[in-house]
Amino acid sequence: MAEERVGVYICHCGHNIAGTVDVEAVAEWAADLPNVEVSRHYEFMCSSLGQELVEEDIKTLGLTRVVVAACSPHMHERTFRGACERAGLNPYLFEMANIREHASWVHAVDKEGATEKAKALVSAAVHRVVHHTPLETMKVPVEPTTMVVGGGIAGIQAALELADAGYKVIMVEREPSIGGHMAQLDKTFPTLDCSACILTPKMFDVGAHPNITMLTYSEVEAVEGYVGNFVVTVRQKARKVITDKCTGCGTCWEKCPIRVVDDVYEAGLGYRKAIYRPFPQAVPKYPVIDVESCTYYKTGKCRACQMFCPTEAIDFDQQDEVVDYKVGNVILATGYEQFDARRIPEYGYGRLANVFTSLEFERMVNATGPTGGKIMLRDGVTEPESVAIIHCVGSRDRRYNQYCSAVCCMYSLKFAHLVKERTGAEVYNFYMDIRTPAKGYEEFYHRLLEEGVRFVRGRVAKVTDAARGPGEEGKLIIQCEDTLIGKQRRIPVDMVVLSAGMEPRHDAEEIGHLFGISCSVDGFFIERHPKLDPMATMTDGIYVAGVCQGPKDIPATVAQGAGAAARVLGVISQGEVALEPIRAEIDEEHCSGCRICNTMCPYSAIDYIEELQVSRVNPALCKGCGTCVAACPSQVITGAHYSYDQVMAQIDGILIDVNRPVTAEAEVAAD
Amino acid sequence: MSNQNGNTKPKLALYWASSCGGCEISVLAIHEKILDVAAAFDIVFWPCVMDFKVKDVEALADGEIDVCLFNGAIRNDENAEMAHLLRRKSKIMVAYGSCSMEGCIPGLANFTSRDAMMQFIYHNSPSTDNPDGVEPDPDWAFPEGPAPLPKFWNTVKTLDQVVPVEYYLPGCPPEAEWTETLVMAAAAALAGEGELPPPGSVIGNKDTVCDECPRTKNEKKIKRFYRPYEIVPDPDTCLLEQGIFCAGYATRSGCGALCPQVNMGCRGCYGPNEGVDDHGARLITGLASVLDAKTDEEVDAILDTLPDPAGYFYRFGLAHSMLHRTDVAHAPKRDGN
Amino acid sequence: MSDNGDFKPVIVGFLCNWCSYRAADLAGTSRMGYPSTLRDIRIMCSGRMDPAWVLHALRNGADGVLVVGCHPGECHYVEGNYKAIRRMNLLKRTLRQLGIEDERVQLHWASASEGVQFAEIVQNMTAQIKALGPLNWKQRNVDDSVNLAVAAGEHVHEGA
Repeated sequence: MAEERVGVYICHCGHNIAGTVDVEAVAEWAADLPNVEVSRHYEFMCSSLGQELVEEDIKTLGLTRVVVAACSPHMHERTFRGACERAGLNPYLFEMANIREHASWVHAVDKEGATEKAKALVSAAVHRVVHHTPLETMKVPVEPTTMVVGGGIAGIQAALELADAGYKVIMVEREPSIGGHMAQLDKTFPTLDCSACILTPKMFDVGAHPNITMLTYSEVEAVEGYVGNFVVTVRQKARKVITDKCTGCGTCWEKCPIRVVDDVYEAGLGYRKAIYRPFPQAVPKYPVIDVESCTYYKTGKCRACQMFCPTEAIDFDQQDEVVDYKVGNVILATGYEQFDARRIPEYGYGRLANVFTSLEFERMVNATGPTGGKIMLRDGVTEPESVAIIHCVGSRDRRYNQYCSAVCCMYSLKFAHLVKERTGAEVYNFYMDIRTPAKGYEEFYHRLLEEGVRFVRGRVAKVTDAARGPGEEGKLIIQCEDTLIGKQRRIPVDMVVLSAGMEPRHDAEEIGHLFGISCSVDGFFIERHPKLDPMATMTDGIYVAGVCQGPKDIPATVAQGAGAAARVLGVISQGEVALEPIRAEIDEEHCSGCRICNTMCPYSAIDYIEELQVSRVNPALCKGCGTCVAACPSQVITGAHYSYDQVMAQIDGILIDVNRPVTAEAEVAAD
Repeated sequence: MSNQNGNTKPKLALYWASSCGGCEISVLAIHEKILDVAAAFDIVFWPCVMDFKVKDVEALADGEIDVCLFNGAIRNDENAEMAHLLRRKSKIMVAYGSCSMEGCIPGLANFTSRDAMMQFIYHNSPSTDNPDGVEPDPDWAFPEGPAPLPKFWNTVKTLDQVVPVEYYLPGCPPEAEWTETLVMAAAAALAGEGELPPPGSVIGNKDTVCDECPRTKNEKKIKRFYRPYEIVPDPDTCLLEQGIFCAGYATRSGCGALCPQVNMGCRGCYGPNEGVDDHGARLITGLASVLDAKTDEEVDAILDTLPDPAGYFYRFGLAHSMLHRTDVAHAPKRDGN
Repeated sequence: MSDNGDFKPVIVGFLCNWCSYRAADLAGTSRMGYPSTLRDIRIMCSGRMDPAWVLHALRNGADGVLVVGCHPGECHYVEGNYKAIRRMNLLKRTLRQLGIEDERVQLHWASASEGVQFAEIVQNMTAQIKALGPLNWKQRNVDDSVNLAVAAGEHVHEGA
């Protein structure tokens, strides 16, 4: 260890680091640290010139260890490991000190403190790196089958990309049909092409694709394994319909006497039967029996569906099936839920009949919807003469969600257009800002302005039916401040549409937990990098696509679905993945078999070998968290790259300058 | 007394500093092998057994003693003075037993301070009868001249914190077989018939007591702790699993798991196993790992059944631990102080 | 306690790779200032946190030790942070008996998106330790000055 030759490189990162940290002073100071052979500073270490500097020094000065003090290792650790490897140095003999995110950027007003801290972090890295050992990655084969969780447009796009490329896909969808929210929509902005027209061919392709196994009415129950080798347990809920026999003729739901409010597909605006197919274009075409509502499951009687089914496809005793699937990668495309507008009582949804949510309105304007596409009040007959569309319901609101839901402006404009087109009613858009930042969106907004749609800028205070004058009788009055004219206004209308925002699925956190990924504060899944890697997650082999990662419109969702598929294809085409060699290993010779570590491993990677009375780590299952390493009371479990000694040395290094004189007070305490 | 006959046998010294005397007895636990020791060595200093004076040691040349078995912690000036003297006179200095190796029971004084102890012992203890409030005075003098008392330290130290040490023999007291191993190995080496282990070695096993413990070990999940009087332990199952604190999982083996074999949790007197810096840290981490709790509140509920955790974890090793002692000014008052 | 006005604490931080280290990264990317008292070490999981590291840091000059992990239920390794809760709880009970104030050893949670919260954790802990004053453990409790003279080999008095 004493003969190690360490190269230290302090990055300026242009002004990002050098503007706060005195990089020259740090480099000069680091030259005197133990084992340091060379200490340099350079403007951009991540540039090819910076990397070549490291490579050159490894070759000419015979460096055996490298420390780069620059940005976060999450940004460039791979870069510099690569540089080491190219110069023939094992990439794990490298250590990074984060003096940008953790120093210059957070201590910008304290240059002295930032420099002092940078020295400490560099010293920590230098002390640590001499304890590093060369590590070799373990290559494991990749199962080429991919699981796509969620059958909305994101999942559909991802699945088709993979399947078309020739690889097997297993698609898991919770509802009886794939299609997701897009299947509920009528028109899509800004082109106003029919949602079903563009979606159903894709849905059909998924259903018919030889490479896609579609598991609808199914949910993931458990996930085990690691990138390339996951085993996912899926529960296929019993449809009570034998799909091999069912022709999708529809006799069963015609004969079913039980009518149920359809909260899912019809957004509560319409009805379905106890045995139902969610919508005409559903894929697959088979119905399901909703056992909560079905008379047979309550009384043992009825059986109308069974009696009338021409192919004897109804099976009341059908049970859930639980099946394990081996997949190499997973794409999560679990979508969103609409913000529950009841949470804003002042807007009256659920209390005032003619206040609708945007999803209800989507169903209303849809030709296959409950009103056959006619825009009418809750009474089912009256066409509104005036309609208010309230933007940002549950979005951009500290009380609910701080984020912008990204699609509401555009679909509100679409609604306004459809109302104008179909009823000629007066339309008021109540907005805070109109956000139309994509191709053709701003043009659509201008078109609406020309169509005579009214725009009132200001957050609506309340929607009320308490009339103050004859003009307001029987109307819904929108009370708000029109911030452009600086006046309080009361605008009476017949119908109110609440443009409710997008929210993460209520169980997003549980789903994330199953797959070993996290949610951000707003509840959407966290991507690996917000800009440069929005499809991957922190867990290798788990990708995200669509709104489950954050609010976005259909084009962005499709792009992300395709992008995630491309990422997966990259892994599959490699044929194998390199697992980080950060793993635990038990020194069996000195393991006393106390079994304290046995319950530590969340991946059940530790086995107790009864005949030897020692514990053993299965390296393929170990993910390197180090919990067992910390637990081992006799310290015979080594955590590669985060060993006891490495961190102890790091602590020594980080405290190198801490040597305060003993104060008089302290001396008294010791005496 | 031996050299007068031109005796060329290697010289052995034994000394006790702050200790209970158990180590002295443990030397005799090698039974008739003591005769072999006497045959192999010329015993030049063993005040517990024979009438030696310090001046006898002082009269020896530096390095003239071949092996010195030094037991007891260093807790006053006299202990330290003898440690320095014997170190100077000895080729091989052995920290014999837990006290000299890691502080042991005398080291528990590091949980409190010299002043607090003086206060308790000379003034506040229920059995103290000291109407004049007399305290030992290091600078005491008779009219004839000074009669100083060794100065009592605030902090107990281990032998190697005062002088360099070649070998360590753990245990409170060390098991006879290891004493024998060490002494006979030294004799052989000095006779040119063998090699000594590298300096700094601990003479003993490298693993933990679990290795020698015959009890069945299962996966562990502790829901509460029991004091020994609160439970009749199952004789065949790991005591820790039953909620009885047993330090065996993090304590060097070599004793043959004496305590667990008689239904008592290991006390930890052999100190940590090979390569461990801080016995307490390993006891803490191992024990906490297997608590059946997820929240801080649940952990609290379990740990409230384990009073005085520092006492369990540093019963033998406080003086040798990373933190060395309690910072009395900031610690809760202990009973009686 | 003396005036701690000029006292700048040194806090050794242990941040888990997945949540809290990224929270610290985010604090940086978003330029959320916090005191330069924290010197952090990356570990894979708060469940890797070894009590000996806390002791070593406290002995060797740290005024405090901060461990930050993923929120309970959000651990990248499923439940490493629960093990951190147990170990830190028992460690702190032990340290209390050794005279190390609770504020000096803290366990917190920060998800990868909680840059603001991370900065607040550092600010609060810095303020608490500043109020407590320097720890100076080694000088005060290990290099015990009374014993030093003897350790250096000077005989305090002759003739025992």
